[in-house]
This record gives sequence, structure tokens and C-alpha cells, in this order.
Amino acid sequence: MKTPVAEPLDVRVGVWLLVWLARLLTGVQVRWMAPLSNVRQRIYLANHTSHLDALVVWGALPQALRRMTRPVAARDYWDADPVRRYLAQRVFRAVLIDRSREHRQSDPLRDMLDALDEGLSLILFPEGTRGPGEAIAPFRPGLYRLARARADMELLPVHLANLSRILPKGSIVPTPLLSRVTFGAPIRLEPGESPDSFLERARRAVEALADA
Amino acid sequence: MSLFGHPELIRLLLGVLALLVGCSLVGFVLRARALSPEARATAVNFVARTYAWWIMAGLFALALLAGRLGPIILFALVSFLALREFLTLTPTTASDHCAMACTFFLVAPAQYALLAIHWYGLYSIMIPVYAFLLLPAVNVLQGDTARFLERTAAVQWALMASVYAISYAPALLDLTIPGYETPPVTLLVWFLIVVQGSDFLQYVFGKLVGRRKIAPLLSPSKTWEGFAAGIGAASLAGTALWWATPFGPWRAALMALIITLMGFLGGLTMSAIKRDRGVKDFGTLVSGHGGVLDRIDSLCFSAPVFFHLTRYFYSTT
Repeated sequence: MKTPVAEPLDVRVGVWLLVWLARLLTGVQVRWMAPLSNVRQRIYLANHTSHLDALVVWGALPQALRRMTRPVAARDYWDADPVRRYLAQRVFRAVLIDRSREHRQSDPLRDMLDALDEGLSLILFPEGTRGPGEAIAPFRPGLYRLARARADMELLPVHLANLSRILPKGSIVPTPLLSRVTFGAPIRLEPGESPDSFLERARRAVEALADA
Repeated sequence: MSLFGHPELIRLLLGVLALLVGCSLVGFVLRARALSPEARATAVNFVARTYAWWIMAGLFALALLAGRLGPIILFALVSFLALREFLTLTPTTASDHCAMACTFFLVAPAQYALLAIHWYGLYSIMIPVYAFLLLPAVNVLQGDTARFLERTAAVQWALMASVYAISYAPALLDLTIPGYETPPVTLLVWFLIVVQGSDFLQYVFGKLVGRRKIAPLLSPSKTWEGFAAGIGAASLAGTALWWATPFGPWRAALMALIITLMGFLGGLTMSAIKRDRGVKDFGTLVSGHGGVLDRIDSLCFSAPVFFHLTRYFYSTT
């Protein structure tokens, strides 16, 4: 595991500002439905409805866990202009992955595995894109391949409520309603479990937290 | 400071302080003597409520120290929190996003800015007239006709209850009452004591002697006994404090009665909205009380009526 290095001032200030801005804007209530295991490294699986999602999950984590947790984000969006590039690469240190198969320069699975091998945790949005916030879309098969490559890795379902109403797809101005983030009990890929049943089970684990 | 050179205001504030200390002591005794789990739950809830009262009173005292803008800023904040709780529970769709952003960033700040510059002619009609017309216009441009009237009406109602009605509390500072020499904020303190005291006394008497429920479907905690004793006691308290108001004792009694009755109706109405949405509380921000809106539901209904009655009968502005 990597030894923590003191972060530069602009990163620390940037993180603090963004986490508090997100908290103010989303009035987020954090709930833990199961005690956290002693293992510190895990993959957080969250539903995806807004650009605030990664920031909200990240900001809800205890500080010690937050430092070792990186959101997995789309390169086509977060590498598009200098501001987003600065935020993604320097502040959140996101693991940027190429979504489109055609123009791919690196393998998303490889990028995620590399981060895990460094001892980092990941925040993953297995729907692959932001949804309208009503139903959770089927999870992408990449999650299965990731879970199979690291079968002992803990997968923690996370449900984000109301963020789609705060900053829906296509809006620039947020409405500061109240949101809620719920962390569930960990799941793992069972031996011999088929991709479809595993992906559906993971999706339902996230979905079930909505009414928990 | 000149504000605290007035004995009426000082006496009111010291009275509130004494009440808070008293409640803390009662809570302490209740907790020590609670044997059954129910008594324990009641005691814990009472202590949590007292804690919240301390915070609210402390914030208000800070606002008083900040001068004339203090209460305006404080209530603007309260409105913001109430509006966000209300709209969170409102079943809006993506098409309402723009209208909702307008309420948060345009209409609500404008209402309090108008208060700050004393523009009565506009702050008294802006939301019921201009916002009432603006919001459906913004909504209609989204081109979504599904449940159009319902959605638009809900956002307008949220704005009326959480911003317009609440803003009448700090608007009391805008009244110019001949012969009333104490700073106008004293009237606001008197009003808040009556309206919040009524809530508190109805809760206490409901716990002590409450039997017959007024509206079991709406609110399990509201009883006829709590209602009668709470409203009566709060009105008496308002009467006893008549020296802090521009009213004589009899008129202070009448005003206090109107305030407490309106507050009661406000609480029932907000309960109906919560039951309709299938929730117990609007939020979780205020310990023991639920959300901000749960705490100020009575203020919503009493502030506008109290303001306009006082303005009509007493104010020259």
C-alpha cells in the first residue's frame, strides 16, 4: 500500500471547498446500513444520475478512506477542458477511462486494475452513464470482468437519492434540494456465478437501498 | 448598544433565558426519573427539543446583535431551508427544474432584498402576483403538459408557505407605530414567544392531560385537551406580556388568541401535506422536532395575519 504523501495546498483547499459546496448544495444525509469491514480497500458501486454523484459519495466517506478512494470517470467528459481536467486529474485524481470502443487508447479494465493494485479504492458507476433518476439501468459487463479479476475484492453498494433532481442531465444550474446517500452491506462475486445473474444481483443490491 | 437600552426588550429576552434554563432542568429531572421505556423516550425527546430551543434562541440573539439586517438574514436562511425541505417532498419532474431554480435563486432572494429596502408595495405582492405568473410561464416553456397545473401549483404553494408567509415575521420590523417607543424588534420577539410558546404548551399539555385526538388521521399527537390548554396558556402569556406590544392588555389577548389559532391551523395543514406525501417529518435538521418546516409550520400561518392586522390597525406605514 502506498504511503500517504502530504498533498499540495491547492489540492487540499480545492477538495475542502468542493466537498463543502456539494454538501451545502445537496444537504446530503449519509446513512450506513451495515458496519464497515476492517478491509479498507473496496469498490463502491453507485447509481449514476448527476455530475455531483462522485463528489457526494467521496465527501460522505470518512477522511482516511477518502484519501485512498478514486472515482472512475469518463475521459471524454472530464478531459474536455482545462477546468474539468484540473478537477479530475489533480483534485479528485480520478481514474479516467475511455468509454468508446472505437477510439480507445487504453483498456478501461486495465486502468482500474492498476489503481486497485496500487492499494486504492474505486467509486464506480456501473450503469456506464447518467440516468434520469427513476430506475437504475442494467449494469455494464465491465463490472463482472473487474470482479472476476479481483474475486476477493469487497463490493459496496451505494444508493444516491434525489441527486437527479438537484442537477439533472443537461442542466447547469442546480436546485439545492435535499439528497441522501446510503451505503449498504458488501457483496462479492460468488464462485461460478454467471455474468448476468451477478450484474443483476449487484444492481438490485443498489436498488434495495432506495427504500432501506 | 441602543437596542438593549430598552427595558421591555431586555425583560423579554431574560424571560426567554429563564424559560430555557427551566426546560433544561425539567429535562434533566425527567431523564433521571424515567423508568418505563415510554417515559424514557418522552424524556429524550424533551431534552432534544430543549437543545433545539437553545440553538434557535441563540441564533436569534445573534441576529439581534447584527442589527436591523440580522433578523432579515436569519429568516431568509429559514426560508431557504424550509423551501428546500418542501420542494424535496414535492413530486416534481425534470421539467420543473428551471422553475424551482428560479424560486431558490431569484424569487426568494428578491423577497428578502425587498424587505431589506423597505419596499412594502412590492414585497407584499411580488410572490402572489409576479411569481404566480412567472413560474407557470417558465414551466410552460419546457413544453411538458403532464400534470401541469398540479406541478405548477405545488411549486407556487411551496413558495407561498416557505418564503412569502415566513418573510412576514421580519417584516414586522418595517412597521411604524406611533406611541410605540421600543424598537420594533420587541414586537417580533413577543410574536415569536406567543407562536412558539403555543406550540410548546400544546405539546406539553398534550403529553400531560391529552386524551381525545383532534384529527387522528392528520396528527397523532394533537389532542383537544392539549389544544385548549396550550392555546389558552399561550394567549394568557401573550396577555401578560402586553407591555412589550403597542396593544393594551385586551387587544394583546385578542392578538395572541388569533396568532395561536392561526398557528394551530398551520400545524394541521402542514401535517396534511406530510401525510399526503407519506412522511412523518419534513426533514432531520432540528433535533427532536424533525425539519425546519416542522418547527415553523405555525409561523407560516400566523405571521402574515398578525402583520396585516397590526399594520391595518396600528401602523402609519
